[in-house]
Amino acid sequence: MKILLVGNPNVGKSAFFSRLTGVRVIASNYPGTTVGFTKGFLKIADDAGEIIDVPGTYTLEPTCKAEEVAVEMLGEGDVIINVLDATNLERNLFLTLQLVEKGIPMIIALNMWDDTKHRGISIDAEKLEELLGIPVVPTVAVSGEGMKKVIDRIPEARILPLPGRTHPEMWAEVGRIVEQVQTVVHRHHTWRERLGDASIHPLTGIPIAALVLLASFTIVRFIGEGLIGFVFEPLFEKLWLPLMTDLSDALGGSGFWHDVLVGELINGELDLIESFGMLTTGLFIPFGAVLPYVVAFYLVLGFLEDLGYLPRMAVLLDNLLHRMGIHGYSIIPTLLGMGCNVPGILATRILESKRERFIVATLISIAVPCAALQAMVIGLVGDEGIQYVAIVYGTLIVVWIVIGLILNLIVKGFTPELLIEIPPYRLPPLRIMASKLWMRTIGFLREAIPVLMAGIFVITVLYALNVFDRLANAAKPVVSGLFGLPEDATAAIVIGFLRKDMAIGMLGGLDLTSGQLVVGSVVLAMFFPCIASFVVLGKELGLKGLMGSIIVMLVATLVVGSLLNLIL
Amino acid sequence: MTDRKQITIAQMEAGQSGRVVNIDSGRGMKRVEAMGLRPGKRVTKISGMFMRGPITIKVGGTQLALGFGMAQKVMVEVAGK
Repeated sequence: MKILLVGNPNVGKSAFFSRLTGVRVIASNYPGTTVGFTKGFLKIADDAGEIIDVPGTYTLEPTCKAEEVAVEMLGEGDVIINVLDATNLERNLFLTLQLVEKGIPMIIALNMWDDTKHRGISIDAEKLEELLGIPVVPTVAVSGEGMKKVIDRIPEARILPLPGRTHPEMWAEVGRIVEQVQTVVHRHHTWRERLGDASIHPLTGIPIAALVLLASFTIVRFIGEGLIGFVFEPLFEKLWLPLMTDLSDALGGSGFWHDVLVGELINGELDLIESFGMLTTGLFIPFGAVLPYVVAFYLVLGFLEDLGYLPRMAVLLDNLLHRMGIHGYSIIPTLLGMGCNVPGILATRILESKRERFIVATLISIAVPCAALQAMVIGLVGDEGIQYVAIVYGTLIVVWIVIGLILNLIVKGFTPELLIEIPPYRLPPLRIMASKLWMRTIGFLREAIPVLMAGIFVITVLYALNVFDRLANAAKPVVSGLFGLPEDATAAIVIGFLRKDMAIGMLGGLDLTSGQLVVGSVVLAMFFPCIASFVVLGKELGLKGLMGSIIVMLVATLVVGSLLNLIL
Repeated sequence: MTDRKQITIAQMEAGQSGRVVNIDSGRGMKRVEAMGLRPGKRVTKISGMFMRGPITIKVGGTQLALGFGMAQKVMVEVAGK
């Protein structure tokens, strides 16, 4: 039996799904968190039901890729659990009536039931059930309230024999139902509502946005640096490095397998970044250098997501982004891309037009550095002075804006206007924040470690076979001529295709000047996305889009790398 | 009964309320309806960004942000001066 969770965006379907199945999925407080579907199995029932978390939609006439996914899924369902935001009964019931026409057995979950109370809304759920003729269960997915009852009542799901109705007729019907089941008492503005209004008003909103960004960067750096300085670096240097030194001695201090496992000795000693062994650099980069920043970044991002701040930022930035051919909501895929480009590119599915999706995905893969790359840049370039880190970020921001302006002129098609729902501020539920942080952190490690290990092995082999020397010779005109980097940097640029963090680590072993480090970091950030983002980019944009994206990327990297080399 | 006049959402002042009387058709306007903004509904404007930026309104239990062009297509009846 296939059970679909269907409803408007941001009604809590993903939180609901996690509760029913025990499967962790990312849940947030903004419309469009789920862009694909996730499957899981019902935890409690005897006959295993398969539950599918479907992206949210306002109507059954899709307006973006994520909604298309939702409508396609409907054909597969045996039962629908229609999840409603109880604080928004009228609009949610419009979709309910559309769903009813599909002739699939359905039950209703009135989610966010707890929110109705402090908003002065009271709903007669029994009366609603009577009027609709299908089971209605009040729920609070975040806390788990009502979940058991939903499962118990799935067998009561019913098909209503209804004739095809027009939209105006449906709205009229919705109006009649709401009038009978809902009463609203006027409540004074809460501080959350006041803050919500202030953060979307231009005069107060822009300073608040600046403050939020500044605070976010400060907190990410504070947590990231703190974890590295007080936890990970001491662990690696005091505990792990002596072990590795013993291993190095036991292996005789040199040779192929020595170099594969612990790496080369730098001035007679092992170095956690420069040695480049699987057990030294291969573990230090993911755990010692990148993980702390990944945790810090996703903690802050998760908080802003669950609070409901991101759609407000979209409204504030809409004007600027329209000049780049995209609308304000593009800021959400872009921010996700700062963690990892892959979910960022996937999240472009919430955008309506193909043109926008192409521009945003291209901008992400060129000018939005992932957390792994950023962590290495902060670690390595930051040693030379914070001003150099600022140059790297400043350059990427300028590149992001300039490429956007150019693409807006040359890419055909239209950019629709912004039209989004602004969710109320909610206190981020700890359980959801923790679960999301855990998923994203584990996701990073699962993705990074095998590729890093394989990468280091391959590099050692290629060095032993002198392949890099030949590559370096071929790439010399560009790498040395245009970018002003030593020939050895070619290897790092090639490795950037596998993993950016590893590539920056390789730059660290080349004794570059501060200027060269900046050029190298920017070139690595812009040039070819890592293999994982490359594949996703191809899948989401199609071959033609991918080609276009790559041409933009190559031209931009050559121009920006050369310019930076001239200036610095 | 006070005077009534019809203006677009784009012309409303922040904090002003009115009742939707007409929505012109156009790209994306069907979605506007599905999101709960349709004739007969009471709307309150919350804010508008500088330079014809998006406009935020409250309608029913929801806040919506919509582009300036869309806001120009929605006529509301407000109390006149």
